[in-house]
Amino acid sequence: MTWIFENWERFWEVTGVHLRLSVVPVLIGFLLAIPFGWWASRSQRARAVLFPFANVLFTIPSIALIVITPVLIGVKILDEINVIVPLTVYTVALMIRSVADALSAVPGNVIAAANAMGFRPLRRFLTVDFPLALPVTIAGLRVATVSNISMVSVGALVGLGGYGQLFTEGYQTDHTEKVLAGLIGTVVLAVLADGLLLLIGRLLTPWARAGR
Amino acid sequence: MGWLFDPANWSGSTGIPLRLLEHLGYTLLTLVIAALIAIPLGAFVGHTGKGGFVIVGLSNALRALPTTAVLILVVLWAGLGDFPVYVALVLLAIPPIMAGTYAGVRAVDPVTVDAARGVGMRESGVLLQVEIPNALPLIYGGFRGAALQVVATATIAAYTGAGGLGRLVFDGLALQDFGQMLAGAVLVALLAVLVDLGFAGLQKLTVSPGLRPVGTGGKR
Amino acid sequence: MPGYAERVKVFGIYIQGGPIGVVVTTGGIRRVIEFRAVTKRFEDGTIAVDELDLAVEAGTITVFVGPSGCGKTTSLRMVNRMIDPTSGTILVDGKDVLTVDPPTLRRGIGYVIQQAGLFPHRTVLDNIATVPLLSGWDRRKARTRAAELLEIVGLDSNFGKRYPAQLSGGQQQRVGVARALAADPPVLLMDEPFSAVDPVVREDLQNELLRLQAELDKTIVFVTHDIDEALKLGERVAVFQTGGHLAQYARPTELLAAPANDFVASFVGRDRGYRTLTFLHADVPVHPVTTAKLGERITVADWTLVVDEQNRPKGWLSGVDGEVEVNERDLISGGSLYDGSSLRGALDAALSSPSALGVVVDDAGAVTGVVRADDVIQALAKARAAGEVPK
Repeated sequence: MTWIFENWERFWEVTGVHLRLSVVPVLIGFLLAIPFGWWASRSQRARAVLFPFANVLFTIPSIALIVITPVLIGVKILDEINVIVPLTVYTVALMIRSVADALSAVPGNVIAAANAMGFRPLRRFLTVDFPLALPVTIAGLRVATVSNISMVSVGALVGLGGYGQLFTEGYQTDHTEKVLAGLIGTVVLAVLADGLLLLIGRLLTPWARAGR
Repeated sequence: MGWLFDPANWSGSTGIPLRLLEHLGYTLLTLVIAALIAIPLGAFVGHTGKGGFVIVGLSNALRALPTTAVLILVVLWAGLGDFPVYVALVLLAIPPIMAGTYAGVRAVDPVTVDAARGVGMRESGVLLQVEIPNALPLIYGGFRGAALQVVATATIAAYTGAGGLGRLVFDGLALQDFGQMLAGAVLVALLAVLVDLGFAGLQKLTVSPGLRPVGTGGKR
Repeated sequence: MPGYAERVKVFGIYIQGGPIGVVVTTGGIRRVIEFRAVTKRFEDGTIAVDELDLAVEAGTITVFVGPSGCGKTTSLRMVNRMIDPTSGTILVDGKDVLTVDPPTLRRGIGYVIQQAGLFPHRTVLDNIATVPLLSGWDRRKARTRAAELLEIVGLDSNFGKRYPAQLSGGQQQRVGVARALAADPPVLLMDEPFSAVDPVVREDLQNELLRLQAELDKTIVFVTHDIDEALKLGERVAVFQTGGHLAQYARPTELLAAPANDFVASFVGRDRGYRTLTFLHADVPVHPVTTAKLGERITVADWTLVVDEQNRPKGWLSGVDGEVEVNERDLISGGSLYDGSSLRGALDAALSSPSALGVVVDDAGAVTGVVRADDVIQALAKARAAGEVPK
């Protein structure tokens, strides 16, 4: 722990980079996953295509995706985009399933009632389906966020920033404290982000706990 | 893709077959160790219903642990070799298996469990003959998720000099040999798919047909 | 399409085997299950069962009935130690259950629960063989026994290889009963076994249970919240009141005739006078009736009963002038049928018939005549005068 306080500025700087590299992919990935998840919740055929595809995306090791991305999209190997793109891919893969499951779990009688009262599709989706799907969606978002925060470190193996830099530097200089500092930072960040999402979820869905 | 199909890379002590076997070895031994720890824990807590928050909390905390850091820390502490690889990968594999087992046992219909006690099964019988067989689909779910993660993450073992398909990625990176890196990535993904297919087959063999969700003409 | 509804379904009052109203001397009765001052207080302080004293006689169906939260299920579950009492003693065959290790105790007592609780991962045959296997029978013997039971509960042998998910609710419940009977236990506990199936299937299952009981002569404790089910199945009925009190423990006829308090009176229902008829058998005069077959040319004077070739009722004909050909189109659908079972059946047949004439049929379903409602009322008055209806 002493390393963190002695090198506060450095620690704070890598925390910022780490946060940026993990949160941006969650946001982009989530937004991209909503239409796909909606599609998969409505069509058996879409699910048959999207779910196996998402599974295959997961099997690509992150380190491999990080080193291949620059070649595929033509940027230098030391560009943050090389972490953001792979993590976005993983987020999409995970959130398609979450969003689809969440929307499928909305009770049919509620949807029927909304239709019977004359909701048009878009309005119904935004004011009925989506809010009711939030608890399951947010649960998925929590998993995606925590795993992204833990995965960003892999980028350091090819020289990118974040807590992972502390790992590689610590390894090369045989400096355990430095590795430990990065590990603690990662876990604390993950726990905080997870708690924040939990809180947001509770605030957004007061009805979910009303029956208890 | 030239590197992948060059016969020269398919033989010898640094050849692709050896790397594949090393990678598969890390994966399988890791999964066995993790299952031996996680399934009894998850099943026990699921059966008694006590300490569920510990399982959920522990799973989440372990999930947040960066595997790279664990690997490096154990190397710094215990030296190079396969041991640090197993520590890091087992810690990675435990949460999904434990969570799947716990959720699976909890999800068994309470009526079924009540009936098991009612016909005179002892607690061990309730767990082993009723709860675990019925939880198998979810246990396999967690286990196969863990398998995918372990296959993918075993790649970084090569960063600290261990074997496996990660060697192709890291050696390729050092040599700026894109073909070799790509070959590594493709082979890992392929291996992951094959491992998953293998476990899917095992699941089909060991899960009772009575638990298949659709297609058997079942009601309910 | 006019005509009578399928006979079995319309006509559900079957009376269990054995005479009703026999006076029993306490000396000759064996008490198989005894509750002595049994109280169950749950951890949250609610009293589920309050000082219960009750004895269940050998070879009877005893029904525990009452609203939810009255302690009937808790009482049942204390017999096989699914729940242990806070105080008091429960004896099964004279032995304090608390001195027996629960799994051993349970293997000797059949247990049937709501929704059957079959093991979804085991075939029907393996489900039925569960207790014999737990008790150490060899596999072959257990399976032979299971196959036997499948037949006893009225299921075809090819059900044995199926899984529970491939069965309907009623079939699952039959398997549940077979599983409970597998080791041939003298006592059977049934916890709302038929409440999750539809009314038609429920009635089939109830009749099946009565048939089985006539053959097997078990001691059955049956829990239900349905008073009609209780009156139909129970030789003795225990009415439980909210708060875990036993309000009345009596034969169905006594319950209907002399409810112990307002709670029992309201629980048994407003039409209990009518229900009492279920338990009364008296000769009701059967009158002749004009019948005709389809296709015949007849002159319709008053209500004419149209029958098929086997003389089974198809419907009524009325309000046609002059000579007509009997045509399926003109038939007016009939009500329930009376087969001589009880006064309730006779009265209902008369009340539900469009002609006010209740159709009487024999065992083959052929028409033997008609009964009138006022004859039933007179028969009732006679029975009352003879002291057959308790005041």
